[in-house]
Amino acid sequence: MSGVAIEPLGEDALLLRLDRRIDPAVNARVHALARRIEAARWPWVREVVPAYASLAVCLAQDACDDAGGIDATAEALRVLLAGGDDPDDARAAAAPPIEIPVCHAPAFAPDLDAVAAHAGLSTAEVIALHCAGDYRVAMTGFAPGFPYLLGLDPRLAMPRRGTPRTRVPAGSVAIGGAQTGIYPREGPGGWQLIGRTPVTLFDPHRDPPCLLSAGARVRFVAIDEDAFRAASGDRAP
Amino acid sequence: MSIEVLAPGLATLIQDGGRAGLRHLGIGSAGALDPWAFALANLVVGNPPGAPVLEITLSGPTLRFHAPARIVLCGAAVEAEVDGVPVPGHRCVDLPAGSALHIGRCTAGARAYLAVAGGLSVAATLGSASTDLRGGFGGQAGRVLRRGDQLAMCPASIDVAALRIAPWWIEPACDDRPRGAEPLVRVLPGSDTTIPPDALLGPAWQVRPDSSRQGLRLAGPALAREDDSERVSEPVMPGTIQLPADGQPIVLLADAQTHGGYPRIGHAIRADWPLLAQLRPGDRVRFAACTHAQARDALCRQRQRLHRIALALDAKRALA
Repeated sequence: MSGVAIEPLGEDALLLRLDRRIDPAVNARVHALARRIEAARWPWVREVVPAYASLAVCLAQDACDDAGGIDATAEALRVLLAGGDDPDDARAAAAPPIEIPVCHAPAFAPDLDAVAAHAGLSTAEVIALHCAGDYRVAMTGFAPGFPYLLGLDPRLAMPRRGTPRTRVPAGSVAIGGAQTGIYPREGPGGWQLIGRTPVTLFDPHRDPPCLLSAGARVRFVAIDEDAFRAASGDRAP
Repeated sequence: MSIEVLAPGLATLIQDGGRAGLRHLGIGSAGALDPWAFALANLVVGNPPGAPVLEITLSGPTLRFHAPARIVLCGAAVEAEVDGVPVPGHRCVDLPAGSALHIGRCTAGARAYLAVAGGLSVAATLGSASTDLRGGFGGQAGRVLRRGDQLAMCPASIDVAALRIAPWWIEPACDDRPRGAEPLVRVLPGSDTTIPPDALLGPAWQVRPDSSRQGLRLAGPALAREDDSERVSEPVMPGTIQLPADGQPIVLLADAQTHGGYPRIGHAIRADWPLLAQLRPGDRVRFAACTHAQARDALCRQRQRLHRIALALDAKRALA
């Protein structure tokens, strides 16, 4: 894999930058590289943190105590990168998508009309387009378990709200620029809310805690309010 | 075997050494903001290094101990008293059952750590007892303490008839550099450069009141960045110094988010995180450049300092 810049990210992490843009092909290369680094099973690597076009390799702190720990890792990464690109992330591409049910009832979708108006489509068309997408989790960040999804139909892209909401309900499915995502937990947020899922994205007491991890494939499936209520117990609007 | 929260203080949190290895899930590290004072507190009361403690911010709680306990307050200097008797920091205080410990304002520094011999009994969530405020989990229900909370103490076989304050104390400094009014925090180069390249290193920066455990927001002469093109979010870490468009840097701390889109103009070294954690709104701080070798050396020295204190405490216990 050529053209990967390696730089320190503080004392005990390295940043590998493949590019500086949001692009599904670049992001697929990030995840392929993350898998290769993880597969090397270097005992001093604590974790690999993917982003859109870069990833961080975090070292166990004790590894950095030895002089050259971070330099030695950079050298090992250069050798690994010189081994060439993985031909494809075929394994991830072949994995079946995780289905996320979404209810688009008005109480759950305060910005659905605005997204439709912005796109020049009906709300039904917005829902159909959003559910037709084959999404990939580019990275998990912002909040525990928040998936940044690539694969939004460009017609549905819409800028963030001018003033973020102070309270976005847990499970809100939203559009922010060219991306779509799901708020795992109630909190502030500026994306356009077009629906809500009854599934729990992040539960610190569950193993694994996050339903969607970086690299996963995702599809949205529209459900009605009855199905939402049945799936969520009493988490009604 | 519990501690009852009679008054919660400004922002009192259960913290330990934090979580590791979950940033890829968007889960930050959390943990004690001042790792030095945290380690010292556990050391003084004889706890294992990572035992959960209470982190007190600027103004402390009032706690009722329903069982006898040995405690210590490390980090920021705080006004503290037990049923009207002032208790100093950095030394063991034995409390009889029923004692009320009132912790007032921090008079120097911003964060004090209350360790209880035996440790607080807190179930680990994702490998740590630490409170993750952004995720709303860990510690006491993922939030700051509230009046009426009951904190469980691990049983420590200690018998205390009356309040007892140890006649010795621990020297609390995390290094032997002289402490001026403006602490000097050492930084590694970042990914981005400012114009001129050392612009961060010149002035004294003032800590803004909207700082939090997530980041110290600084005020000073606006910094310009060399390359001000739009950024794609990249991983960030505690210690990362971000430069938003307003030119006012933010030093990320233990509750740092996992990814960020701002330029990164430096990285505060671990050995100086204790200094950052103790800055109060309005305090000033300066930055100095350092190398990776110097950062490692500073951290090693800090650990050696802790080991020397541990040896001294062991010797003291052997004599007792």
